Amino acid sequence: MKVLVPVKRVIDYNVKVRVKPDGSGVDLANVKMSMNPFDEIAVEEAIRLKEAGKADEVVVVSIGVKQAQETLRTALAMGADRAILVVAADDVHQDIEPLAVAKILKGVVEEEKPGLVLAGKQAIDNDMNATGQMLAALLGWPQATFASKIEIDDGTALVTREVDGGLQTIRVKLPAVVTVDLRLNEPRYASLPNIMKAKKKPLEEKTPADYGVDVTPRLEVLATEEPPARQAGQIVGSVDELVSKLKEAGVI
Amino acid sequence: MAVLVLAEITGGELNHDATARTVTAASKLGEVTVLAAGAKAADAASEAAKIAGVKKVLLAEDPSLGHRLAEPTANLIVSLAGEYDHIVAPATTDAKNVLPRVAALLDVMVISDVIEIVDADTFKRPIYAGNAIQTVRSKDAKKVLSIRTTAFDPAGEQPPAPVETVAVPADPGLSEWVEDKVAESDRPELTSARIVVSGGRGVGSEENFRLIEQLADKLGAAVGASRAAVDSGYAPNDWQVGQTGKVVAPELYIAVGISGAIQHLAGMKDSKIIVAINKDEEAPIFQVADYGLVADLFQAVPELIEKLPEKNA
Ligand SMILES: Cc1cc2nc3c(=O)[nH]c(=O)nc-3n(C[C@H](O)[C@H](O)[C@H](O)COP(=O)(O)OP(=O)(O)OC[C@H]3O[C@@H](n4cnc5c(N)ncnc54)[C@H](O)[C@@H]3O)c2cc1C
Ligand SMILES: Nc1ncnc2c1ncn2[C@@H]1O[C@H](COP(=O)(O)O)[C@@H](O)[C@H]1O
Repeated sequence: MKVLVPVKRVIDYNVKVRVKPDGSGVDLANVKMSMNPFDEIAVEEAIRLKEAGKADEVVVVSIGVKQAQETLRTALAMGADRAILVVAADDVHQDIEPLAVAKILKGVVEEEKPGLVLAGKQAIDNDMNATGQMLAALLGWPQATFASKIEIDDGTALVTREVDGGLQTIRVKLPAVVTVDLRLNEPRYASLPNIMKAKKKPLEEKTPADYGVDVTPRLEVLATEEPPARQAGQIVGSVDELVSKLKEAGVI
Repeated sequence: MAVLVLAEITGGELNHDATARTVTAASKLGEVTVLAAGAKAADAASEAAKIAGVKKVLLAEDPSLGHRLAEPTANLIVSLAGEYDHIVAPATTDAKNVLPRVAALLDVMVISDVIEIVDADTFKRPIYAGNAIQTVRSKDAKKVLSIRTTAFDPAGEQPPAPVETVAVPADPGLSEWVEDKVAESDRPELTSARIVVSGGRGVGSEENFRLIEQLADKLGAAVGASRAAVDSGYAPNDWQVGQTGKVVAPELYIAVGISGAIQHLAGMKDSKIIVAINKDEEAPIFQVADYGLVADLFQAVPELIEKLPEKNA
């Protein structure tokens, strides 16, 4: 079985995001970019499936600017076999919406015929939490989102999902789309020899037109603003003072 | 404009708070019809019919809808979508599972976590863990949105609106429910509690987390946790507050042994009053705290439990 893992290049999760003063967006120039943390977990899971003999090939795909090839190289250094870069934007500030990403991924799936797509549950830039579900819909496949445990067996995936009430386990028929949550695994670091080896692994370049997809956004961004700031508070000297402040504020 | 609201129903029971807040948001868009779907959903439908602003409730009962599996639920919503301009649900894990699937089947973009309705096409939503607020205008014919419930007040009561039964499409049979592991608790629900007490990695162990629970019980509060506390096994996953956990906005949020990473703040910084107890005076949590106490939690929390008034006093 082949596993396809879509990976997104996003602003590193440690970077303090700055909104541009003119309200046109978030400043991404000269900012550290990394693989979306959830996607690292998806890549790790795919590699583990291969190591366990449940998968025979791991293909990673990224859609966005040319620089996303760095993200793909990271995935290859972790142990993915092959990469596909779909160059869909030339400005780093241009984000491709989940619907368009899902349509392109559908095209990739039709070519590659994976038995499983492992995506992240959410991209930490747009926080949309949509692409995996949209892809499953377009393919007419089952979906299992927010996975914290995945077992592949007999043409099905048994998936434990993190839901509001606790944990839910479902069984989906393969092929399926599974989106991964943070507690599924701890992704490995790529070793230096593997980083070197990754440079020689195949990375194919495509465009949205190759899949007949129009990436024009459906949502027009009118403004991007700073959230209202909280007023600076105070340090209290003791538990007694804290209790009296809370009584004053009328919350206890 | 006609709006279809997916009621939040678990095991046949209506999540009244989440649904009523979503109705408030939906009422700004047009006339609200609520969809009550489940293996059993009649009781939930009658309860939803009494939420102020609801014009009609559609009742869909079928075994395939029992555990909110995405494929049958999305097919049901799509089968009803024709008459509605907006399809709206609270931004719970159930809805976040189903709504993007609905949107893709309708060939429209989903708009997640809406915090403000500007007009019928224009919405505000947080991005980058709440570090920025984006205003987007949808060019799609139909809008599919999830609502961040903490940003809207719950709608009140009304005499019951009519309930109509609708047909349920055949189960595509692509997935199957196996089990739920649901933690039973007498404490208030995390996302609607008036007070939340959360513990972080600083709490140190599952046993020590009892201290956080005792403080919560003294206050009649819900218990939350940072991701580090959940990952370390001190607290169950459904207690996680943050960018990828639950979003809460209680009147009082007490963060104990939590550093205040941006991903945690994303889930609690709209709380009315924030208290932080941390032994590191440099911890970023103090930048958002109304009242900060620089102290060892193992001294401060027992003292706090002792000195707080009884919750019913
Ligand atoms: C993609 C992504 C998503 C994430 N989503 C979330 C999320 O939804 N929610 C979330 O919480 N995090 C999330 N995180 C993790 C986040 O970045 C932080 O790692 C996490 O919030 C840290 O938890 P913490 O504050 O409990 O631990 P730490 O940062 O380790 O802080 C522990 C604090 O306890 C204090 N302390 C220690 N001992 C004591 C004592 N005896 N008395 C008093 N204070 C003490 C320390 O001074 C320290 O400030 C996410 C991360 C990523 C990459
Ligand atoms: N531009 C992209 N390229 C590759 N994968 C993507 C892209 N956008 C989203 N994804 C995948 O979809 C997941 C969810 O993203 P989102 O729906 O944007 O929150 C991510 O974790 C990725 O696995």
